[in-house]
Amino acid sequence: MPSFVIQEKCDGCKGGDKTACMYICPNDLMVLDPAAMKAYNQEPDQCWECFSCVKICPTQAIEVRGYADFVPLGSSIVPMMGTEDVMWTCKFRNGVIKRFKFPIRTTPEGQANAYKDLKGKDLDSQLLSTEEADGKTLPKPKAFA
Amino acid sequence: MALPNKPVGELKAVRDPEVVEKEVDILIVGGGMAACGTAFEMKKWAADKKILLVDKASLERSGAVAQGLSAINTYIGENSPDDYVRMVRNDLMGLVREDLIFDLGTHVDDSVHLFEEWGLPIWKKDEAGKTLDGKKGLKMGLLKAGAKPVRTGKWQIMINGESYKRIVAEAAKLALGDENILERVFIVELLMDKNEENRIAGAVGISVRENKVYIIKCNTMMVACGGAVNIYQPRSVGEGKGRAWYPVWNAGSTYYLCMRAGAELSMMENRFTPARFKDGYGPVGAWFLLFKAKTINGLGENYAGSDHAKAELQKYAPYGTAAITPTCLRNHLMLVELKEGRGPIIMDTVTALATIAATMDKKELKHLESEAWEDFLDMTCGQANLWCATNTEPEKKNSEVMPTEPYLLGSHSGCCGMWVSGPDYDWVPADYKWGDKGKIYNRMTTVKGLFTSGDGVGCSGHKFSSGSHAEGRMVAKSMARWVRDHAGYKPAIAQSAKELVDLAYKPVRTYLDHCAYTTAVDINPNYVKPAGMALRLMKATNEYGAGIATYYMTSEKSLEILFDLFGMLHEDLEKLAAGDLHELMRCWEIKHRLWTVEAHCRHIRFRKESRYPGFYYRADFPGQDDANWFKFTNSKYDTKTGQWECFKRDYHKIIPD
Ligand SMILES: Cc1cc2nc3c(=O)[nH]c(=O)nc-3n(C[C@H](O)[C@H](O)[C@H](O)COP(=O)(O)OP(=O)(O)OC[C@H]3O[C@@H](n4cnc5c(N)ncnc54)[C@H](O)[C@@H]3O)c2cc1C
Ligand code: SF4
Ligand code: SF4
Repeated sequence: MPSFVIQEKCDGCKGGDKTACMYICPNDLMVLDPAAMKAYNQEPDQCWECFSCVKICPTQAIEVRGYADFVPLGSSIVPMMGTEDVMWTCKFRNGVIKRFKFPIRTTPEGQANAYKDLKGKDLDSQLLSTEEADGKTLPKPKAFA
Repeated sequence: MALPNKPVGELKAVRDPEVVEKEVDILIVGGGMAACGTAFEMKKWAADKKILLVDKASLERSGAVAQGLSAINTYIGENSPDDYVRMVRNDLMGLVREDLIFDLGTHVDDSVHLFEEWGLPIWKKDEAGKTLDGKKGLKMGLLKAGAKPVRTGKWQIMINGESYKRIVAEAAKLALGDENILERVFIVELLMDKNEENRIAGAVGISVRENKVYIIKCNTMMVACGGAVNIYQPRSVGEGKGRAWYPVWNAGSTYYLCMRAGAELSMMENRFTPARFKDGYGPVGAWFLLFKAKTINGLGENYAGSDHAKAELQKYAPYGTAAITPTCLRNHLMLVELKEGRGPIIMDTVTALATIAATMDKKELKHLESEAWEDFLDMTCGQANLWCATNTEPEKKNSEVMPTEPYLLGSHSGCCGMWVSGPDYDWVPADYKWGDKGKIYNRMTTVKGLFTSGDGVGCSGHKFSSGSHAEGRMVAKSMARWVRDHAGYKPAIAQSAKELVDLAYKPVRTYLDHCAYTTAVDINPNYVKPAGMALRLMKATNEYGAGIATYYMTSEKSLEILFDLFGMLHEDLEKLAAGDLHELMRCWEIKHRLWTVEAHCRHIRFRKESRYPGFYYRADFPGQDDANWFKFTNSKYDTKTGQWECFKRDYHKIIPD
């Protein structure tokens, strides 16, 4: 189900030094045509339909159409990312529409506790840094305990 | 007038790239779940050391968790690590490294607790036993403080996991620092120390954004590049080739890089061919475990409960007769139906949802529908679209289930990978732990200073996302010890920068030397494009190496033909051509894939029994032969002679039944 870029909506990420879709695609598929300043999927048959590019595009210019091999035409699924949820609109071939909202995270973006000040103490023990800080003791297999 | 003769991509490759040389203490190759664990943990133990992480993509969405997951499949919680070992051992037909699995089981929950703290929504049960998802789950407190997760089966817990990878990557980046992370660099080969035998000294990689070759020297390294996909022909072969179950971007680099450095491989014959919703490859776990759906055959029978199936499972006792049927045997039962003409296999979603709905009010029912769709939309979006395109509402219309093409991995329900040292505990058998200068380094391969984790560790499946992260953290600590213990080490490599550039950019030169000869850039008698090689490789393995073409069956004669084809593929690899940077990466990926699947088939050829019915069959050696093959099968490539050796290693049972 390869991604495609809607000509009218793509603004080439305003000529920034990297476009959002190019930055994110895990398979290096999205590229920018510098003459047209529009992005495109350079290898549609290697698209995993992961929707990473769709979710990140600031102008909602990217959608996905089912693989020609086996997907009948006429449906679409479109995500809208928020800070706490993702909203999906799923349109069936027969016109049925379903909407779903799913939580994506419980904390503000960018503030994950990386425990930057935590220093491990005993490098020769088997404890991970946070386990050591919690005073955890590691169990042995019951047959040896 | 010259005809337009343009490579596919936008970023043209040039003959002579810039060379960037770096030297660090610790090099992390990969940016997936395991590598993010290492990145989080590393500075806690080696704050003053130079650390670099290199990923072929962007950490935020790289690896198998790019689109998210709907469950954390390994959370020990109220269970014991002993039972965790028993579960994994039974699923993998008895042959596993129990030291590695037990060790992992003692650490994995700590990573899950971090995920929750970082903001991953974990479903909880309230006092009345009802499900609370998203932020509502927090009302019941944190898992770490004893709150009860929603279990589907004994080991999995449910999450709202669309942003799972983004959350985990965020913590990894904050901990390691952006300045120590290099994205969009694909590592092509590892480099050995020229003075010290069997010791890692660095790696060489290509940028897919700029014409640059990176030569990175290091004291120690972890390679965690995930498993391998597109080594067998997928079920869709046109535009739909991208729809594999496993993410199409993991090219077996973990195995390639480590084996080429001379590290020992173990259980490479083990593969994973999951049964998934047909064509869309959507997950079935929640349908079986959460919604209690049953699969029926084409005659409408619950075949898995039939006497026929029971007799079939009896053949593979004690695994087949255990309370939970191993994954490969569940596939086997499906294949029996298909081969005997009682297909197709149908997931009876209609009955399952109707049964649950009978106990629910309207609001709860709406939530149930949403959960069913979330399972796809958080993890395999394309399956949701396939349902929309075929007007499939699961409460009204059933869907077909089908086993996929084979994949190689070591962290899901498969266990191929590197033979690594276990932890330094007295209960770990002596031949399961090793290191250097009398010290033991957990998860080190048989190459000094070279570590792996996640999909890279052999004989220890069922780690999944959480276990891979925890294992990456365990490796961080091992590498910190290694660097402390080898403080005076100065890496020295045999190859010059020029030789390494010649190696990395060979496909570009081949292309530039010959592309003007024909008018169509992809068809040229002097070279082969990676897209064509990929098809050729997958056709060969599919037909002779137990792919879907033969219902996963192979034999000595088929393998003989396959190895003949592999030989010619190797020769033609020398003629790979790349006109742009993306294609250059594809050239290297196909090389990584060829070596990986060749190792897989070499192991299948060596193990003269069918250990994993349902995953693959040796027609000439049906059934299991414990007398001769209740052993690990390992192999090793000799980097000096270019020869392969296959051999057995002893299995030790550590956890009693
Ligand atoms: C479809 C699917 C569904 C799954 N569902 C679940 C689930 O519900 N629950 C669960 O707990 N687990 C699940 N898993 C398992 C989980 O995703 C894996 O166990 C985990 O991601 C393995 O971590 P890893 O770091 O070994 O590999 P990955 O996370 O895949 O990371 C590999 C990394 O290596 C990088 N890389 C690859 N090659 C190179 C190279 N040559 N140079 C540099 N970088 C490179 C990639 O970009 C990526 O960053 C699922 C897996 C799949 C495939
Ligand atoms: S992210 Fe969207 S707007 Fe930006 S280049 Fe890509 S398609 Fe165009
Ligand atoms: S859907 Fe995923 S694989 Fe396809 S182009 Fe977008 S980011 Fe890349």
